[in-house]
Amino acid sequence: MNASSLPRWIDIGLLPVLNLIAALTVAGVIIAIIGENPFVAMGVMIKGAFVYDGALGYTLFYTTNFIFTGLAVAVAFHAMLFNIGGEGQAMIGGLGVGLVVLFLDSVLPPLLVVMLAVPAAAAFGAVWGVIPGWLQARRGSHIVITTIMFNFIASSIMVWLLAGMLMAPGQMSPETRSFADGINLPLVYEVLQMAGFSVSRSPLNLSFVIALLACFGVWYLIWRTKLGYIIRATGHSERATIYAGHDPAKIIMLVMAISGALAGMMSLNEILGVQQRVILNFTSGYGFTGIAVALMGRNHPIGIVLASLLFGALYQGGAELDFEFQTITREMVLMIQGLIILFSGALAYLFMPAVVRIYSSLRKPTGSG
Amino acid sequence: MADLWLQFVLTIDATLRVATPLILCAMAGLFSERSGIIDISLEGKMLMSAFAAASMATLTGSPFLSLAGGILVSVALSLIHGFACITHKGNQVISGLAINILASGLTVTLGIALFAQGGQTPFLNKSERFTDIVLPFAEQAEHVPVLGTIYKEIISGHNLLVWVALFSVIVTGYVVFRTTFGLRLRAVGEKPEAVDSAGVSVSGLRFQAVIIAGVLCGIAGTYLSTAHGAGFIREMAAGKGYIALAALIFGKWRPVPALLACLMFGFMDALAARLQGVEIPVIGHISTDLILVLPYLLTVILLAGFIGKASPPRSIGVPYIKER
Repeated sequence: MNASSLPRWIDIGLLPVLNLIAALTVAGVIIAIIGENPFVAMGVMIKGAFVYDGALGYTLFYTTNFIFTGLAVAVAFHAMLFNIGGEGQAMIGGLGVGLVVLFLDSVLPPLLVVMLAVPAAAAFGAVWGVIPGWLQARRGSHIVITTIMFNFIASSIMVWLLAGMLMAPGQMSPETRSFADGINLPLVYEVLQMAGFSVSRSPLNLSFVIALLACFGVWYLIWRTKLGYIIRATGHSERATIYAGHDPAKIIMLVMAISGALAGMMSLNEILGVQQRVILNFTSGYGFTGIAVALMGRNHPIGIVLASLLFGALYQGGAELDFEFQTITREMVLMIQGLIILFSGALAYLFMPAVVRIYSSLRKPTGSG
Repeated sequence: MADLWLQFVLTIDATLRVATPLILCAMAGLFSERSGIIDISLEGKMLMSAFAAASMATLTGSPFLSLAGGILVSVALSLIHGFACITHKGNQVISGLAINILASGLTVTLGIALFAQGGQTPFLNKSERFTDIVLPFAEQAEHVPVLGTIYKEIISGHNLLVWVALFSVIVTGYVVFRTTFGLRLRAVGEKPEAVDSAGVSVSGLRFQAVIIAGVLCGIAGTYLSTAHGAGFIREMAAGKGYIALAALIFGKWRPVPALLACLMFGFMDALAARLQGVEIPVIGHISTDLILVLPYLLTVILLAGFIGKASPPRSIGVPYIKER
């Protein structure tokens, strides 16, 4: 008996939940070891993520980042490509936004600048994804190593530009000048207040809607188009793609471009949503978290939205830990994230033999198993 | 001229210090990857052991116990990597990534819990660290031109772990290319089914390889916090594990070329530090960011086959499934 003989709800429902429970259990043990009550900590995080005034808005704000980077990893995974360059692609996407706005915000009306900046984020991210894709497809270098290197190269480019020619005059910190007034994506709470609802302030903005549209787009592309079928086929066997009359190298480059574009759009949320200038390290590890999100979400948009919500809650709730405890801080979230990647990624099938055993022993009495 | 010469010698001296953790991690990666296990968790293992070593030094006051602590923790992470990748045939890149992220979070979390200094460990005194070993006659040698300066500045005045790092290259070269174990190790990374049919355990060999990698990363981490530095600072591995990985690839998974790549990358680092804000005649300012990006850029170019060809062990990243 193996994975394929298990019903779908166990494979995509029960096993991920078991993995999550295992990761949280280990995290709980560590919290207990350092002398705090893990259940109290969890309560604080849940309150911080959902209950307090405006908390939900912040949670969904972080969720937006993770949807973009999670989708980026997932699209590449469908072609069996491991894109761990989301971090760098997001940085370069942010650079694209910055360049478009900084050059045009004094010439064009704000709305037009924003409408140009959104595709710029995707285009710049796509370029940073397609180069490793090209190197893999045409030059045979391994995408994992190249994307790692490209993260560092992107980071150096950002330092070099933001501390150099793009640095705001008279500024000491490495960041650009602020964008002109009106160049930002509409904030959700402002829109809702205008519509007459009373909503508390949060950085949640239009990017969230764009992220949900991207989810639909990815779902449609992968499962409802011929191209998506070819992408998945390439993941299983490059030879199949060749027989079908397509060039796997082109598919790899295309997939990496889409993946990079999605990662690049993460910068919309941070740069065009709240910062309204390009700052250093605005990606703060969200690109890497995207890997955990894609793994937990089993590379399906619905799973990715759920996993992003989980990580959004962890990030927002984790910030609350700083206020409530002396000894645990938001770095705890990083630790939990590492454990989740370990259990739902590298040890994804840890519980499978046990589950298979239990399932088949339960099935036996009915005589149908 | 004499000043320029001294500057050069001091830069070479700094190169050795910066390259030490790279060399140890590159050798660690060599063992692991030659056996077919991708190891991007060099970074996390080094970070975690740097923390463990500094904590041990603070708690016991002994540099050697700190080394033991550093190695122990790093090996423990190696075993997790092995458990995921060898026992459960999990994805090696994902496992490595998990270890890196786990280490980032765990070091700060434990650091705050233990020492309440925002994730750092307390400053270590001289007696708690591996201190520089001044070789005999180093002071007198100062007056001998050229050779004397080289002896005093480059050869003398390094701590024990620098020598361990250099020694590890010789040992790695010997073990991997001159022993039965090494032959099997290389075979298991190329054609594990051949090793299996010879009656040698593939899993056993791969576990030995990742444990050796753990030991070497443990020494590297200890070097960072209790020899080169005086205490643990958060994120102190600062990408060195990845540079070591780049150096390993650059050295085409061979000990001596990998050592040279580490020294080259270390030299770039040392040079960038020395050129910070310095005006060079004719050229003017050199952006240090551009020097620091070279290791990554060169590795990409090499991997793309533009300067020679780096081909990894054939079975790298592929879990071994025994035929039934």
